[in-house]
Amino acid sequence: MYAPTVSQSSAGLYRTTDGLGVWPYRGKVAVTGVGHSPTLRRWDGDPQTTIGAWSILAIRKAIADAGVSPEDVDGLVFDAETSTGSVWPEGEPVPADFLAAFQGTTDPLDGFAKLSPEWLLKNMPELKNVKYVLLAPMCISNVMAAAMEAVGRGLTNVCVALKGWHNFPGRYYQNGPHMEPTISGYGKHGDFGEGYAGAPSYVTAMQFQRYLHKYGKTHDMMAPFVVNSRANGLLFPEGYWAQHRPTPITAEEYNESRWIAKPANLLDNDMPVQAAAAYVFTTAERAKDMQQPPVYVLGHAGGGTVQGDSYSSIKLRSTVETLEEAQFNAASTGRRLYESAGVSASDIQFENCYDGFALFHVFWVEGLGFAGVKEGECLDFFQTDISIHGPNPVSPSGGNIGGGRTRCWGWTDTIQQLQGRAGARQMKIDARIGVVGGPMPFWSNLAVFSKDPVCREGLKSVSPLVSLVSQVSAAARARKPQNSSPQHWLHSATRRCAVGTVTRKLCGRCRHMHPLVSTNTSAVNTAPSSARDTPPP
Amino acid sequence: MPKQSPIPDELDKPFYDAANEDCLVLQYCATDERWQYPPEPVCAQCGSPDRLSWRQVNGDGAIYSYGVVYDTPVASLQPDQPFNVAVIELDEAPGVVFLSHLPGSAIDEVPIGGRVKLIFEKTLATGQKVPEWQIV
Repeated sequence: MYAPTVSQSSAGLYRTTDGLGVWPYRGKVAVTGVGHSPTLRRWDGDPQTTIGAWSILAIRKAIADAGVSPEDVDGLVFDAETSTGSVWPEGEPVPADFLAAFQGTTDPLDGFAKLSPEWLLKNMPELKNVKYVLLAPMCISNVMAAAMEAVGRGLTNVCVALKGWHNFPGRYYQNGPHMEPTISGYGKHGDFGEGYAGAPSYVTAMQFQRYLHKYGKTHDMMAPFVVNSRANGLLFPEGYWAQHRPTPITAEEYNESRWIAKPANLLDNDMPVQAAAAYVFTTAERAKDMQQPPVYVLGHAGGGTVQGDSYSSIKLRSTVETLEEAQFNAASTGRRLYESAGVSASDIQFENCYDGFALFHVFWVEGLGFAGVKEGECLDFFQTDISIHGPNPVSPSGGNIGGGRTRCWGWTDTIQQLQGRAGARQMKIDARIGVVGGPMPFWSNLAVFSKDPVCREGLKSVSPLVSLVSQVSAAARARKPQNSSPQHWLHSATRRCAVGTVTRKLCGRCRHMHPLVSTNTSAVNTAPSSARDTPPP
Repeated sequence: MPKQSPIPDELDKPFYDAANEDCLVLQYCATDERWQYPPEPVCAQCGSPDRLSWRQVNGDGAIYSYGVVYDTPVASLQPDQPFNVAVIELDEAPGVVFLSHLPGSAIDEVPIGGRVKLIFEKTLATGQKVPEWQIV
């Protein structure tokens, strides 16, 4: 077998610093094919549903979907870790039927509770010409950003991006150090809520509690988002809920759902699942010959710390990320993203940002200034029509809340919406440009995808915004929210340029050729401090 | 609350030794006039260990926010569910936050912005003391 070069670090491919300007490969990289495995709540014991088997399945489907020959694939980017927090019990042998079904490596857990390049390529002999293999950490968003950058730089021409998640039987995180009477390592000081709270959604819940206090909102204002996410997820044929429990939820059910870490309830927490998804990236030129319409990458940017070969979270000031840090991180990543893509917030028609946990989706919507929403306004915005039928679709994929914990739904949906093949999820608006990515504001990669290789002007007509304002006004009358003047959402179609003239949006630049100044965010700068790498939920 | 007992390491031993004497000490960088917690080998702002030292603070502070935990994977905490977990800001150390179970507080009756005072609590497994805060 031909041995490809394996790079263990994607850190050098991320755009995490300010002032990098427009992405040099804007519109020159495209994504075409998508492949999903089915989704299981937990691994069911079948060798053919292990994460290795399903990763192979997802890759094969993505390649077939793109309409390329496996021999054309020369690049592979993926995350070697596949755990959701679920571990195979120490000392328990890996099932013999799994080991017999696949070509193994020296590690019996390979293809079962993790993935190595060697395992994948041994078991996919049709990938004869993979010369570039890159490992990206923790999240599909880090995988996708690395893949698009690698194609842009010419490191690979036809590149498969993959993320798999295994989930074994057993209760989530109720294992290992959590069972011990003592605590060592980063958690003993309470980092990420460890030791004191333990519940993975605690920090988000605590931030959201502060948010509710700061802006005078209530938790039940999240209901439309979660209800909408489940509804969208039920239209995702590969999703957990669509495949196994195809029932919508109501606002009442959401509000009555049991607390996990109040104000995060059960339905604010995404469900860990077993699944894999893969994507085919290539150059815009090469994509023209493929089976599916190309979706162009306008730009990407991340929030994180690149240090040597490591891509880790933005350094927190202290023990846990505060609300103000989350808001700052989301907003600054949003600014970098729009600069990279050469667009402004008002160009974006729909957003598929990460939502596991549902509550921090608010920080992404506000940080990105989606639909002109400013800090403190998102819960009012959620009372308007955020469905796939409305003018400002929020999480049309349904996200993790609607499909299970893969973080892949948003990427798949953004691609399929722009290709016009999202099926029952296809939005009513003429989908031309959207934003996608995650996971959390303190550690992320986001991208702007477009149906067109360049940003088209005037994507959003005025009428949806007018209709939005009337809906918001009704919602505002009903709720009397504090600190909210929804009327300014109307103004998201115009921007103040850096030299101070109100101007029509022109793809992120005013006629003075200065970057447009976002008025959508006011951030509190917090000096960064300690670096601790914990997987965000 | 039966918290897990923290096992000190070389870096945070001064913090835990002081806690056993009912003192709260934090790292302070004299160059940047900046408090730091959790402990690190260097000042996270200037990157230097040279002017980093341990200094005592009185622990007076306020509640930044909180959550109520109903479903924790930490086995030792499960018998006490649900319980409050607050984030405490310290008057003397801007930017530094601690977690607290707010011993004695009623479930979900936690005033954001409310004042708190420092106490020390013995953990079960090793007897190591840790800082805690009570609503005043």
